[in-house]
Amino acid sequence: MSSNAQAVPNRYPVPAGSRTPVRGAKLGPVSVGHPDRAPVTAVSKVGLSEICLSYKTQTGERLLALDNINLQVRAGEFVCIVGPSGCGKSTLLHLIAGLHHQTSGQVLVDGTPVDGPGTDRILIFQEHGLFPWLTVADNVEFGMKMKGVPKAERKESMRHYLRLVHLAKFENSYIHQLSGGMKQRVAIARALATEPDVLLMDEPFAALDAQTRDLLHDELERIWSETGRTIIFVTHNVREAVRLGDRVVLLTFRPGRVKSEFPVTLPRPRSLEDPEVALAAREVLDELREEINRSLEAEYQDGIKPKIEPGEES
Amino acid sequence: MKRAARYIIFYAALFGLWTLLAKLKIWPPYLFPTPWGVWEELYGGFKDHSYWIAIVVSMKRVLLGYLVSVVLGMILGLGISSNKFLEETMGGLLVSLQSLPSICWWPLALLWFGLSQNAILFVVIMGSLLSVTLAMEDGRKQMPKIFSQAGRNLGAKGFKLFWYVLLPASLPFIVSGLKQGWAFAWRSLITAEMLYMSLGLGQVLMMGRDLSNMSAVVAVMLLIVAIGYIIDGVVFKGMERHLQNKWGLTPAT
Repeated sequence: MSSNAQAVPNRYPVPAGSRTPVRGAKLGPVSVGHPDRAPVTAVSKVGLSEICLSYKTQTGERLLALDNINLQVRAGEFVCIVGPSGCGKSTLLHLIAGLHHQTSGQVLVDGTPVDGPGTDRILIFQEHGLFPWLTVADNVEFGMKMKGVPKAERKESMRHYLRLVHLAKFENSYIHQLSGGMKQRVAIARALATEPDVLLMDEPFAALDAQTRDLLHDELERIWSETGRTIIFVTHNVREAVRLGDRVVLLTFRPGRVKSEFPVTLPRPRSLEDPEVALAAREVLDELREEINRSLEAEYQDGIKPKIEPGEES
Repeated sequence: MKRAARYIIFYAALFGLWTLLAKLKIWPPYLFPTPWGVWEELYGGFKDHSYWIAIVVSMKRVLLGYLVSVVLGMILGLGISSNKFLEETMGGLLVSLQSLPSICWWPLALLWFGLSQNAILFVVIMGSLLSVTLAMEDGRKQMPKIFSQAGRNLGAKGFKLFWYVLLPASLPFIVSGLKQGWAFAWRSLITAEMLYMSLGLGQVLMMGRDLSNMSAVVAVMLLIVAIGYIIDGVVFKGMERHLQNKWGLTPAT
């Protein structure tokens, strides 16, 4: 561990009790709000320090997309990042994944600066990004194949992860034969099979219908508690963020800055319909609304808003 | 069923017209080959193995040349599409070069390689390389970015990224370019063989001309068309169908 990671301690700890879902747990008082700033000595799994990113737009002007982002994520923590569209939250995930480079600042994983993609951090895309020329099984095995894992071991691992997402029967299907929810589950299995420490999820459920999304929330929560991965989950849906996260990080509209952080200490498993979840989401939403208004204003004023594509090279 | 009937009617009418014109004897047979004359040529040519040999020789040449074009073209196309400078400079050059019939390289090929197999190969490669290169360049651009991002994210890089991600991901976008490259290779080969006397279908065709045997000329023309059609219908149609099944694309009708 470099001293760099310890220099920025995790200031917003996850309450110890919230790690494991407990069925039928008594709901405690809603505790959400601005955290008390008690420093904790734990070393962060993912550390963002002073991340800035600027783009050149098509008209040639410089656009600041991310401005001095500082964020520490503990190992095993489930962090949700919310913000209005155009705040650069997806771009932030691409930076952590190493698919894109920040203009200044550092992304640290276990205290080591990120330089390019690595299989310790796997990104799950909104559009799943599965390979249509491969079967479900080959998709799940892909990361292991790239690593040079022997075939027998790969098969075993693939079956294990497909069972984990309840798709064991579909290993020989092609991607286009699956429904949207099933595709996203394959994407999760593919990511997990590469055995990453950190899962980066970029609005993975945004394109799904409500029922499928609810189901996948439950599955993701279960998988998270079974595998102990660190998850950074980007969404524009505040309720989803509160339902899933140990902590919700709110970004401002362009340039993206960390506006505030809300620890969520509600007992797990949660549900989107829990009144406590709704109440907590309301609190986050009140702060978010201001940013949404700014984003809408910018949209109406500009006519066309400069779109920030996470995949674009700066 | 209806489509098959339309085909049969069309080709029967075409054949009937040909037979009718031949029967009317408006032109002498050395100017206007008759169906039965062409049939005799085909029968005789296959019976004494001369057509078989010509087909095998021509196929060997075209396959070798085409293979080289595909490999080189993919590498070139990928290189060009991933480098802005190359794209702006080489890209434009290639497009303008494509208007050049590949047989224009023949005099230079003769000087460089002599009157040999290699000169023919060179012309074949020049004929199809550009199509494949341009198709690959375009395919790489059309290919959704998410595939290469996902591939890199899962640990693929360098040759592995090309082989396991970029190549299969771009296939649906380059299959028509590969097909075009094949057609150019086949045409260039026949042209070059007509100029270079050494076996092959082009030479058999020219032999028909030298002997004023127009039936033989038409017979070889039919063979050239048939082979081109079979490769297109079997190899490329098969490839397209395979891709459609895997990707779940609906066939263009």
